[in-house]
Amino acid sequence: MYEGIVQDVIDELGQLPGIGPKSAQRIAFHLLAADPADVRRLASALTELKEKVRFCRICFNVAQSELCRICSDPRRDPTSICVVEESKDVVAIERTREFRGKYHVLGGAINPIGGVGPDDLHIRELVARLADGTVTEIILATDPNTEGEVTASYLARQIGPMGLTVTRLASGLPMGGDLEWADEVTLGRAFEGRRIVSA
Amino acid sequence: MHLTHLSLTDFRSYARLDLVLEPGVTTFVGSNGQGKTNLIEAIGFVATLGSHRVANDAPLVREGCGQAVVRARIVRGDRAALVEMQIVPGKANRVRLNRAPVARARDVAGLLATVLFAPEDLALVKGDPAERRRFLDDLLVARSPRMAAVQSDYDRVLKQRSALLRSAGAARRAGGRGDLRTLDVWDRHLADHGAELLAARLALVEELRPRVESAYAAVAGQDAPTGIEYRSTVTLDSSPDRALSPGRAGLGEPDGDAGRNGTGASPNHPSGSGDPASGNGGAGDTEVGDTEVGDTGTGRAGDGRTEAGRAEVGHGGGAVGGAATRVALEEAILAGLAAVRTQEIERGVTLVGPHRDDLLLSVNGRPARGYASHGESWSLALALRLASFELLRADDREPVLLLDDVFAELDTRRRVRLAALVADAEQVLVTAAVDADVPAELAGVRFEVVSGEVCRAG
Repeated sequence: MYEGIVQDVIDELGQLPGIGPKSAQRIAFHLLAADPADVRRLASALTELKEKVRFCRICFNVAQSELCRICSDPRRDPTSICVVEESKDVVAIERTREFRGKYHVLGGAINPIGGVGPDDLHIRELVARLADGTVTEIILATDPNTEGEVTASYLARQIGPMGLTVTRLASGLPMGGDLEWADEVTLGRAFEGRRIVSA
Repeated sequence: MHLTHLSLTDFRSYARLDLVLEPGVTTFVGSNGQGKTNLIEAIGFVATLGSHRVANDAPLVREGCGQAVVRARIVRGDRAALVEMQIVPGKANRVRLNRAPVARARDVAGLLATVLFAPEDLALVKGDPAERRRFLDDLLVARSPRMAAVQSDYDRVLKQRSALLRSAGAARRAGGRGDLRTLDVWDRHLADHGAELLAARLALVEELRPRVESAYAAVAGQDAPTGIEYRSTVTLDSSPDRALSPGRAGLGEPDGDAGRNGTGASPNHPSGSGDPASGNGGAGDTEVGDTEVGDTGTGRAGDGRTEAGRAEVGHGGGAVGGAATRVALEEAILAGLAAVRTQEIERGVTLVGPHRDDLLLSVNGRPARGYASHGESWSLALALRLASFELLRADDREPVLLLDDVFAELDTRRRVRLAALVADAEQVLVTAAVDADVPAELAGVRFEVVSGEVCRAG
């Protein structure tokens, strides 16, 4: 145990995901030895994180103002919405530069064990976004695990009757890999989602 | 296949052990508590990435040590593989194959196939249905590692669905309505994974049946009709000729039974083998199935756990045939769930699905559990293991046989017969407390195990 403030910092850092007591101690002493200006910048970034970052009124992605960067961008295609679990999934899909539509961040997935039901996710808001008929395609990009699959099925049931095109991301083989090294589950799914090759 | 080297570091009682093994029979003799079973456990760990004795890894690491390492050199035909497993409690195990790290421990599953005979096997016959479900599921994974993912997907959906039922039930008891909007979706996914698991188990039972029959006769030394029937909480086909049957198994069907269902040819895809012309996956059958589910569903509702309830369910459920298609099974699970939904909400339990099924074993037309003598029960337990051995062998995956202290449980005649049946395996590793327990037919290399030291004797 260290005295007062040093221990406080270690305890606080130790609460963060992926940081154990050893790492917390290392970071604390790193900060203690660092340039005061650097530490002040970190401190203010953390403060601003809670004070200034908000969630987009439309899609619930993280935003600096009422609307996120994507929702306020007129060049984005308003007819297509990609539904994801978390803001970090938006970042992942944006990196591909494949998708030019808009997003909707659910804030998680249906998970009865964790006490998460449809009302705990931004599902009602998604349905409301579809009401005026602008949106014609929904892409369900929830995680390819039990909870994500169930959430996608549930959404498909809610949205399906509205006459939109509802698609699910294909889960398949990683690029640049050899077929023989793919695990059997992935390979099995890739088989299920196979498509016709255009000549 | 066989093992040529086993080396342990801080595994259980062993600080360090390097063992050179040979094909054929090897016997480890030593008093209880000297570390014989630990050897078997280590080999089992390489094969299944788990222990047959404990659920978590912590007890596998020698007291006071941070990690244990198990190394095994496996030879199959003219190819050898060196598998190294680092067991660190509370962390993911690290695995290396031929000195190169593998991304997932699962990737080496199936490199080594084993069939373990242990004193606990009696529970296959006398124990709870869970023991027999595990037997089937473990064998499915040994034959096709992909099944581990199917099983864990099913378990995950089952846990989530049951959590939903519990919270809805609690809400209703408190006067609310309970949020069940997502239940239909959970049902769909449960049926999807459940049908895949169920189809695989049904096909496996068909393949096991003739092998269990002949193995029983060989171990018991007499032709007693044995039955092995899958009893499902899922009802599909109620045609009378397939309904129930210790009697049916008594007709002594030859190997052709498995072949006819096409399962011999492609054991991993039984669902694809349904012949539409003679199959029972038609719409008409599903309709019949619906009414049947309704009936048994109500019968089970009162007391889902009693033997009476189970037997009644079994009457219809046992009829699920090997030719059933996965789609038909999926529909049948959904119909079954629909029929018991009210009870499920009241009790907060999923009542229909492979997690509540059983394997009905019988000897001379009577259920083995409750009727079979001690000797008959042992013969049947051994027959199940021997049938597993035969099945893996037929897959061209000759397993290493592990006989852990099992001879002490058997009378002299069964000992001798068992010894004769396993003697031609590529590799058999036997443990025994005293030399005299091991029949002379299993003469081979002999090691003495004394307080964590293993020395070659004679």
